[in-house]
Amino acid sequence: MENDALLNSLQTSFPDAACAIGSDWPEIDIDGSDLLTLIQKLRYDEQWTFDYLFCETCVDWKTHFTMVYHLSSTKHRHSVVLKAKLDHDKPQIESLVGFYKTADMLEREVYDLMGIEFLNHPDLRRLLLTEDWVGYPLRKDYEDPINMIRL
Amino acid sequence: MHQEIKTTPSGDMVINVGPQHPSTHGVLHLLITLNGETIVNLDPNIGYIHRSIEKMCESLSYRQFIYTTSRMDYLSSHMNNHACALTVEKGLQIEVPERAEVIRVIISELTRLASHQLWWGSMAMDLGALSPFFYAFREREMITDIMEETCGARLTMNYVVPGGVMMDLHPDFQKKVKAFIVQFKSKIGEYHDLVTGNIIFQNRTKGIGMLSKEDAISYGVTGPAARGSGLSCDIRKLYPYATYQKLQFNEILETAGDSFARYMVRMREMEESVSIIEQLIDNIPEGEFQAKTKAVLKLPKGEFYTRIETARGELGVYLVSEGGTTPYRIKFRSPGFSNLSALNHMIKGHKMGDLVAVMGTLDLVIPDIDR
Repeated sequence: MENDALLNSLQTSFPDAACAIGSDWPEIDIDGSDLLTLIQKLRYDEQWTFDYLFCETCVDWKTHFTMVYHLSSTKHRHSVVLKAKLDHDKPQIESLVGFYKTADMLEREVYDLMGIEFLNHPDLRRLLLTEDWVGYPLRKDYEDPINMIRL
Repeated sequence: MHQEIKTTPSGDMVINVGPQHPSTHGVLHLLITLNGETIVNLDPNIGYIHRSIEKMCESLSYRQFIYTTSRMDYLSSHMNNHACALTVEKGLQIEVPERAEVIRVIISELTRLASHQLWWGSMAMDLGALSPFFYAFREREMITDIMEETCGARLTMNYVVPGGVMMDLHPDFQKKVKAFIVQFKSKIGEYHDLVTGNIIFQNRTKGIGMLSKEDAISYGVTGPAARGSGLSCDIRKLYPYATYQKLQFNEILETAGDSFARYMVRMREMEESVSIIEQLIDNIPEGEFQAKTKAVLKLPKGEFYTRIETARGELGVYLVSEGGTTPYRIKFRSPGFSNLSALNHMIKGHKMGDLVAVMGTLDLVIPDIDR
């Protein structure tokens, strides 16, 4: 589907979610708690079949976190961006491992560097850093004791 | 020195491969659970070469951050730089001169060839054949020499700037690339004679490390590794950038999904890359090699995403800008990271010796996984 047609179909199917055209693809802003029902439809509904999660990451906005999911369909060749706003004090969101196996390591990386807790993730451990590492380096308030750039 | 062997409650043995191991070609640590010689589970432990490039980029300007990415997938350094430059150009809506675009594509394809040749040599070496490594380096050396003359570096090239390329081509460029093409075309048969047709090699790769198309999609596997499973995922074809839509080339697909299929995809891809270079080398348009840009680049507030095809698969650059001179947040979706996540699934049930064949055809570059 082209971006405009895709946006229309998304808007009619999800009247509660805020849909808009982003820089490249349609974007859906959701509340973190709606994620699974939305993904269920996007993944398995024939008109979308978003079967390929090509990027999953998180942005620290100091007051809140935004989880960003880039989904694509290998059948229809269209893409969509999902954004979920998370609380800064206790960032939690459902894991997508049940839908996309690639989410396993992607979520472990986000957990490691951003400190987002993924609920129902089968194996949520630190990925790049050691288990006893204090803090989450990609957060904006993280202070490295040896900051190479400011030395 | 006596060391106690670790076992699981069911009696399986747990062994470490790496972080320093000749077949991982970098610091990758695999924690492998073995039942006899059969692999029951594989847990990749990464991060030994994590430099936090994403965090570093947050304090570098839009001209500087491009060059940190040469150190991600060092065999596709030019393509990584290209992806970053495309993102900045998208944000600033810079029109890149056609000459620069053609130069970028030629260098990209030369980089892909050099990367695939190194992969071919080192994969054969991992499987016990030492001589292909030297054959591969004979041709690869010609490419690295061209790179050295063009941009001053043999491996981590910094040739791309936002708006074009850093400097114009040297006068001998076309002659040298043509000489390379003649040499490569006369020697590609040797590659196949040495390794492809070898019965030992075929026995060790055919039917090993199966990856179905559905699993490839689910694990986010891209590049030659996914095309060996019949998944059409070449970004150059699907979402063309630079001048790729004007070029005639095929997306190489194999359907078997085993290590041999992935091997064949890369071998045939090299020939496609040569054909792309042949189409362009005599048709480099005259004109500027760099667009005029401001000294200090400021991207407008917003988010920009670029996808390109590196030698290993789909590289994504997700850039969040707050309107300043540095990125607010950058995420690199590296192909190696997702390809590695499928390794456990592919290797389960195979023998320990097959690990090298499967890892070889995934073509993992560790700095690309760790970033």
